[in-house]
Amino acid sequence: MQLLLESLFNGVAIGSVLMMAALGLAIVFGLMGVINLAHGELMMLGAYTTYVVQMVFKLPAFQSIYGLYVLVAIPLAFVVSGVVGILLERTVIRRLYGSPLETLLATWGVSLILQQFVRSVPLAHAAGLILALVLGFGLPLVLPHRFFEGARARINRAITWAMSALGGVLLAGVLASQISRIARATSRNVDVTAPKWMRGGIEWMDITFPVPRLVIIVMTIVAVVGVTWFLNRSVWGMRIRAVTQNRSMSDCLGIPTDTVDVLTFGIGSGLAGVAGVAVSLLGSVGPNVGGSYIVGCFMVVVLGGVGNLLGTVLASFAIGLLTDLIGAGRLLTIWPDMPSPLAGTVTFFATTSMAQVLVFALIVVFLQFRPAGLFPQKGRMVEA
Amino acid sequence: MTMLEIRGLNTYYGESHILRDVDLRVLAGEMVCLIGRNGVGKTTLLKSLIGLLKPRSGEIVFEGNGMERQPPHRRARSGIGYVPQGREIIPQLTVEENLMLGMEALPGGLARNHRIDPFVYELFPILQEFLSRKGGDLSGGQQQQLSIARALLGQPKLLLLDEPTEGIQPNIVQDIEAAVQRIIAEKGIGVLLVEQHLHFVRQADRYYAMQRGGIVASGSTSELSQDVVDRFLSV
Repeated sequence: MQLLLESLFNGVAIGSVLMMAALGLAIVFGLMGVINLAHGELMMLGAYTTYVVQMVFKLPAFQSIYGLYVLVAIPLAFVVSGVVGILLERTVIRRLYGSPLETLLATWGVSLILQQFVRSVPLAHAAGLILALVLGFGLPLVLPHRFFEGARARINRAITWAMSALGGVLLAGVLASQISRIARATSRNVDVTAPKWMRGGIEWMDITFPVPRLVIIVMTIVAVVGVTWFLNRSVWGMRIRAVTQNRSMSDCLGIPTDTVDVLTFGIGSGLAGVAGVAVSLLGSVGPNVGGSYIVGCFMVVVLGGVGNLLGTVLASFAIGLLTDLIGAGRLLTIWPDMPSPLAGTVTFFATTSMAQVLVFALIVVFLQFRPAGLFPQKGRMVEA
Repeated sequence: MTMLEIRGLNTYYGESHILRDVDLRVLAGEMVCLIGRNGVGKTTLLKSLIGLLKPRSGEIVFEGNGMERQPPHRRARSGIGYVPQGREIIPQLTVEENLMLGMEALPGGLARNHRIDPFVYELFPILQEFLSRKGGDLSGGQQQQLSIARALLGQPKLLLLDEPTEGIQPNIVQDIEAAVQRIIAEKGIGVLLVEQHLHFVRQADRYYAMQRGGIVASGSTSELSQDVVDRFLSV
C-alpha cells in the first residue's frame, strides 16, 4: 500500500510537469498544426525567470517577503514565455503557415538561438529586453484606440516603442547594478533554491510527500482547470475551438483569426513558462534544460491524441507513472524474488535515461495499434 | 439602391484563370440567382466575394466601400453572410455554439451578444430540438438549415447562398426554399444565390448566367426562356 502510494505520487509529480508543458504544445498544435520545437526553450525561459525573480527577492528591500517569490514568478514566467512565443509567431511561424517541415526547421533554429541567447546575454539585459517587448505589445491594448489612428498614428506608435525601450533599458540597468550575479553572461547552470516553506515534506501514512512536488501538482491542477474553463466557457475559448476545427469558415463568420492565433500561441507558450517554474524547483537551471523535456512533451501529445485535453492529461500521467515504475526499479521491490535474467533486465532499465528509452519504445509499440493516440477524433466530419 | 457591385473581377487558381472580367450587381432587398453548369466559376465568385480567394484585379463595392483588400472576417462584420457549399459546420461544437458563432459578425461580437434570436427556430424548428448535439452529428439537410440559421444570426445585409439544396432530401429542400423566401420578405436583405433547381431559380428576381468564368446572359427571371434554361442549368 505504502509502495503503491509512493509510486503513484512520484508518477503524478513527474507527469505534472510534462502535462503543463504538453498542454501548451497540444493547444498550439491543435490550432495551427504547428510543431513548435522551441517549446522546450520557452520552458527554459520560464525557469530562468524564476531564477531572476528569486535574485530580485534576495535584495534587502524585498527580503521580508522572500518566501513569496515563487508565487510572483508564476505569472511573470507566463508573461515572459508568452511574449517570446507571440514574437515567435508574428515573426517566424506566421510566414511559414501551411508548410510544417519548414516550421519544424525554423522553430528548431529558434530553439538554438534562444539557448545561445541565455548563454551570451546577461540575464539582467534579457529581463530589460523582455520588459520592452511586453510594454511595446501591451501599451497599444491599454491606451485608447484614438491614439493609434489618424495622421499621428505612426509617430505615436514610434513614441510607444521608444518609451518601451527606455523602460527596458532602465530595468536592465537597475538589475545589473543591484544584482551582480545576473549582470554578466554565464553559460553555467544556476540554482533556484526553494523558499523555507517549500522545503521538507509532509508526513502522511508513514510516507513523506516532498512539498515542492506537492506545489507542482497543485500548480498543474490549477493550470488544467484554468485552461479547460477558458477553452470551454469563455468567448475567446469558443473562438479558439472554432478556428481549430475550421479555420476558413470561422474567418467567414467574423472571427478575427489573426488575433486568435496570437492569443493561442501566447497562452500555449505561457503555459510552457509556468512549466518552467516547476522545472526550476526540481533541479538546476541551464540553457539545455528545455531539451530534456521536449521529447516527453511530444510523446504526451502524440499518445493523448492531438487536440484532446483529456488525452493529454491521461497520457502524461501514464508516462509519468511508467517512468517512475521502471526508472526507480520498483518492479524489483514489488516482486523481490523474480528470476535472475528478468531481474537483470529490470535493473538494466532502472535509471532515468534507460527508463525513458523503454517508455518511448512502449509508446512506439502502442501507436502501431492505435495510430491516432488514446482518444482519436470521432464523428461524421472527421473523414471529410 | 445598389448594395453590391462587382466590376471587372478576375480570379485565378494558381495560374489557371477562373473568373474573367465579371460584372454583377445586387440591389437591396433583391434576390439574384447565379446559374451555370458545373465548373464555370460560380463558387469561385462567391468565395471571392467573401474573401476566401483573392482576386487578381477588379473591384468589389459593398454599400459604397471597397472590399477587395479586406479579410473575410471584416467582410462578415460589414454585413455579408456566407452559407458555403458543403455547409462547413464546426463539427465538434454543439448546434447552440455553432449558432452563437453566427453572432460574431454583429457589432461587439460574441462578447456582447448571447441571445439566439428565436426567429431562426421559427424558420427551422428542428434546430431547437438538437441544440445540445454536436454539429458534426447532424444529417446533411439539418446541417444546411444550421448553416443558414448561423448566417442569419449575424444579421447580414447580403446573404450569399451556395447551392443550399444540393444533395438534400426533397422535403427539406422545400423548407429551405420557404425559409429563404420568408427571410427576404421579412428582413428585406439582398440574396445572391447559386442554384441548380429550376423551381428555386424561378423565385429569384433576376438571374445571371455564367459560362467559362464570365457572365454571358442576365435578365429578369420572369423572362427566363427555355433556351437559357437548357443552356445553363444542368438538369
